[in-house]
Amino acid sequence: MRKLRRHSVIPGFGLTLGYSVSYLSLIVLIPLSAVVVKGLAQPWPQFKEAVLDPRTLAAWRLTFGAAFAASLINVVFGLIVAWSLVRYDFPGKRLLDALIDVPFALPTAVSGIALTAIYAQNGWIGRFLEPLGIKAAFSPLGIVIALAFIGLPFIVRTVQPTIEDLDPAVEEAATLLGASQFTAFRRVILPAVQPALIAGFVTAFARCLGEYGSVIFISGNMPMKTEIASLLIVTKLEQFDYAGASAIALLMLVSSFLLLFAVNFGQWWSTRAQRREA
Amino acid sequence: MTRRVLTGVSVAFVGILILLPLIAVFIEAFRKGIPFYLAAISDPLAISALRLTVLTAAISLAANLIFGLAASWLIAKFSFPGRSLLLSLIDLPFAVSPVISGLIFILLFGAQGWFGNALTERGIQIVFATPGVILATVFVTFPFIARELIPLMQEQGTEEEEAAMLLGASGWKTFRRVTLPNIRWALVYGVVLANARAMGEFGAVSVVSGHIRGRTNTLPLHIEILYNEYNFSAAFAVATLLASLALVTLAAKAFLEWRIRAEERPLAEEA
Repeated sequence: MRKLRRHSVIPGFGLTLGYSVSYLSLIVLIPLSAVVVKGLAQPWPQFKEAVLDPRTLAAWRLTFGAAFAASLINVVFGLIVAWSLVRYDFPGKRLLDALIDVPFALPTAVSGIALTAIYAQNGWIGRFLEPLGIKAAFSPLGIVIALAFIGLPFIVRTVQPTIEDLDPAVEEAATLLGASQFTAFRRVILPAVQPALIAGFVTAFARCLGEYGSVIFISGNMPMKTEIASLLIVTKLEQFDYAGASAIALLMLVSSFLLLFAVNFGQWWSTRAQRREA
Repeated sequence: MTRRVLTGVSVAFVGILILLPLIAVFIEAFRKGIPFYLAAISDPLAISALRLTVLTAAISLAANLIFGLAASWLIAKFSFPGRSLLLSLIDLPFAVSPVISGLIFILLFGAQGWFGNALTERGIQIVFATPGVILATVFVTFPFIARELIPLMQEQGTEEEEAAMLLGASGWKTFRRVTLPNIRWALVYGVVLANARAMGEFGAVSVVSGHIRGRTNTLPLHIEILYNEYNFSAAFAVATLLASLALVTLAAKAFLEWRIRAEERPLAEEA
């Protein structure tokens, strides 16, 4: 043990190392390894059947599709919201800023039932969509709405600091030199905020893939139609199909680890590139 | 012109997507009047769900607080091989979705799980019982406190602790009198965020709890049951408790961020 650390007068190295590693192993590493072992311990055809049967395929398509659509909506509106919060002063600005964090703090079951009440046929917004032939709750659209709710803070809070670092003088210069506002946005602002937008998009997307509480109330949970991957894990567990549940869980875990790894790698790469430029 | 359009779009989007659901919770809760609301939140099943929620949060926070202190001391005060690996492993639970966070404990302690038989023989029940609910909550709130403490303690370095030790203070006394006062606000901040997640966790807890009314139901699970029984007003009444917790959490977060900035400023001016 002594060789491991730099010489120091501060005590507690052995104690904190032993405690941290044991606790981490007991609570996180051993339980997580169970899903890997259980998922991989089944014969390949059985694994394939669990993750690729028509019902699961439909759930994958819906989960990835809805997460993608919701995150894309949030990229557009998240950028507008972040921009307004940084660049403009308007009444209610502080309230707006505080509201962005609500999806982080509000328990998902609460947002789930509240969104359902609003978008159901007789709900505050649902009753106006109904005559237009739009079914929001108990349809894929409802899932997209719930995921947009969950994902918004990830994008706004990632993009906000980048806009704060942008010097308004640069866009002013661009407009003074004859660029239209749109050109200034496309050529000056967008390139500067693009890395943060992509990072926010991927983080929100990864979070949406596994979301459960806010979705299951509004989705209606019809197999093949509005059943998300997380719910399928629950269904398989209720049928005591632990292996099948683990197979789906394993694919979800791998997807979100890869996505989050990509974000971290991208951030590391772009700070390194910036440093080299400077 | 642009400014008006963009702020208008922002206010409308956030208003509809986020503010409206928040308001809906409180309006739906009082739809059947105040007496009904009071009856819903003082129902024995609601009270027992509240009790389990508070107990679960208290145990999870205490466990993760001790870990957070140990891990941040280890990572901030010493350098050793594998330190950055340890740092990334601490964040791992953030990348695991709620349902999977519950599933892993079923795989370990369920009837067909790794330790299932051994536990059944001894008559110990972990999943579909309170210990499972607590374990799943410990897992999902695992990184919160450590994550707030580690960067702060790394920034503060080891000089003050070294000075205290050289002046003859014991390790425990140094920690209590030097380190703890330096990190107290970040510590409270981490606890506040972890508490919000612990009390509101739904997916992970729903998988391991077994939904036994009056025994393994937390507040979010109680809301689900009421809602699925079409007892909407009661579901929303109980939901106002959690929504109020979320609002208090956000207010506390804003206050603590202001406190932490205020304490950092004199340090920055000295440098």
